[in-house]
Amino acid sequence: MSAAWQDLGVAPLARALQQGQVSSVEVTQHLLTRLAAHSQLGAFLATDPELSLAQARAADARRAAGQAHVLTGVPIAHKDIFVTRALPSTAGSKMLAGYASPFDATVVARLGEGEGAGMVMLGKLNCDEFAMGSDNENSAFGPVRNPWDLQRVPGGSSGGSAAAVAARLVPAATGTDTGGSIRQPASFCGVTGIKPTYGVCSRYGMVAFASSLDQAGPMARSAEDCALLLSAMAGFDPRDATSAERPAPDYHAQMLAPREGAAAGKPLQGLRIGLPKEFFPQALAGDVERAVRAALAELEKLGATLVDVSLPRTELSIPVYYIIAPAEASSNLSRFDGVKFGHRAKDYGDLRSLYERTRAEGFGPEVKRRIMIGTYVLSHGYYDAYYLQAQKLRRMIADDFQACFRHCDLIAGPVAPTVAWKLGAQQDDPVKAYLADIFTLPASLAGLPGMSVPAGFGEAGLPVGLQLIGNYFDEGRLLHAAHALQQATDFHLRAPAA
Amino acid sequence: MSLTPEDVNRIALLARLDLSGPEKQAMLDQLNGFFGIVERMSAVDTSGVEPLYTPLSAVQAVALRLRDDVVTETDQRELNQKSAPAVADGLFLVPKVVE
Repeated sequence: MSAAWQDLGVAPLARALQQGQVSSVEVTQHLLTRLAAHSQLGAFLATDPELSLAQARAADARRAAGQAHVLTGVPIAHKDIFVTRALPSTAGSKMLAGYASPFDATVVARLGEGEGAGMVMLGKLNCDEFAMGSDNENSAFGPVRNPWDLQRVPGGSSGGSAAAVAARLVPAATGTDTGGSIRQPASFCGVTGIKPTYGVCSRYGMVAFASSLDQAGPMARSAEDCALLLSAMAGFDPRDATSAERPAPDYHAQMLAPREGAAAGKPLQGLRIGLPKEFFPQALAGDVERAVRAALAELEKLGATLVDVSLPRTELSIPVYYIIAPAEASSNLSRFDGVKFGHRAKDYGDLRSLYERTRAEGFGPEVKRRIMIGTYVLSHGYYDAYYLQAQKLRRMIADDFQACFRHCDLIAGPVAPTVAWKLGAQQDDPVKAYLADIFTLPASLAGLPGMSVPAGFGEAGLPVGLQLIGNYFDEGRLLHAAHALQQATDFHLRAPAA
Repeated sequence: MSLTPEDVNRIALLARLDLSGPEKQAMLDQLNGFFGIVERMSAVDTSGVEPLYTPLSAVQAVALRLRDDVVTETDQRELNQKSAPAVADGLFLVPKVVE
């Protein structure tokens, strides 16, 4: 067996499987051995090697029978915010420790066995508790380490997903993004991730954080990998009330389709990329700005035109988001009451103390903070001043984007103001952590698709991501631009040592 | 505007969170730190702006979808109660609420 199977992303691995160069069982066994040897990263919360190998055997049989989907037999791991029947589903919370879901999330089912694409599930991945966090330090099951520097965070909340893909433990992972939770860890770990338009991927079976913002997406080595994965994940689901009623496009075909008027060496000819001046403030770290500007220069070489645009309410998106998301969270998390599932306190008197003690024990500090903020802004006398005001500003932020898209086809900028910070660096000051979400929150509030594409390296050799934002349902154009960049650069192919 | 310890008690009660003394003090400081950045938001004139409760309604009409009123689920009581903390005879157990 070749030791290089871990270096193949989704697309090359799918080709190797298709050409019979390797079996799914061989790849799966190789990666199971590898992830067990890298347990110090803290990326996986649950694995079941026998289950994974059984799925790999089924995938090989499906291929032999001529029934294979392009992704059949390729291993994947799921952020532990997606519920799965075969493995425990915790959402990174003590509240759901050991929870056995009676069903699979739609995204998991579409990628998995049977009716799905036939990918092999390697396990469940660590994340911030209920996806609330930007560094994975809010997980009840311990932090995840950044494979580029074990003393640094991987970003969050999809920190386990980003770290596992970056460390070559798995070629692909699912993530979810409410305010940046796919894009920011992808940037911190040097992988490619896309948060599609709100409504593209079903939220059914995704443990709810903020329902008007939560969106699933793939995290992998390249734009091409993401295009293949997203094609299998997306599409209308009647079980999600806000699922977009449109067929899932072939994102891979859209990614490969040449632009009209594009010449050889200029695949992005005519593409207008808007740079919001608010995305390049004084506070942006120099190393991040240099890497992002270099990637933008590369896009120009490929034929794109850079235009100046403005998103004047970028800074306001921080309070707007941190009102709306906690408000929705406080409502969604009221279901954790110690009655129907999950943790129940040992000592309690009446029903109210059962609720209060169960929730005090089961939730971690960041989740409690957000429940408190959300409860307050929805409470009598404060609703109009906070929640309603935030929702009106959200409309203005969405309108600002539409004004930009009259002058450009895509928007670009940094994903985060800095590279990955040190473990523990932001634990004492939650507001400071919220401020670092500034560049990912606007697209989340508007429900627009956004990507993080590896753009180079900054301080201490840590990865920097370029954020690309598209208009509604314009994932194909995002992936096309990211793919063109990745044909001309090799940042997405670099791997951390060991 | 600053929150008081009484506000924290009231919100914790509404949220059904039994916070310890030190937790309440930390929460008070952190909430006040947070509402410091919220004040900027309050200053913006939003009169006449429609709230955006669900993002796609920024660019298209979004109607709440209703499904047909028919039975679609089979009885899976045992499976659904598998992770419940306390059940008996297919019922969820809670402390007595009616004397």
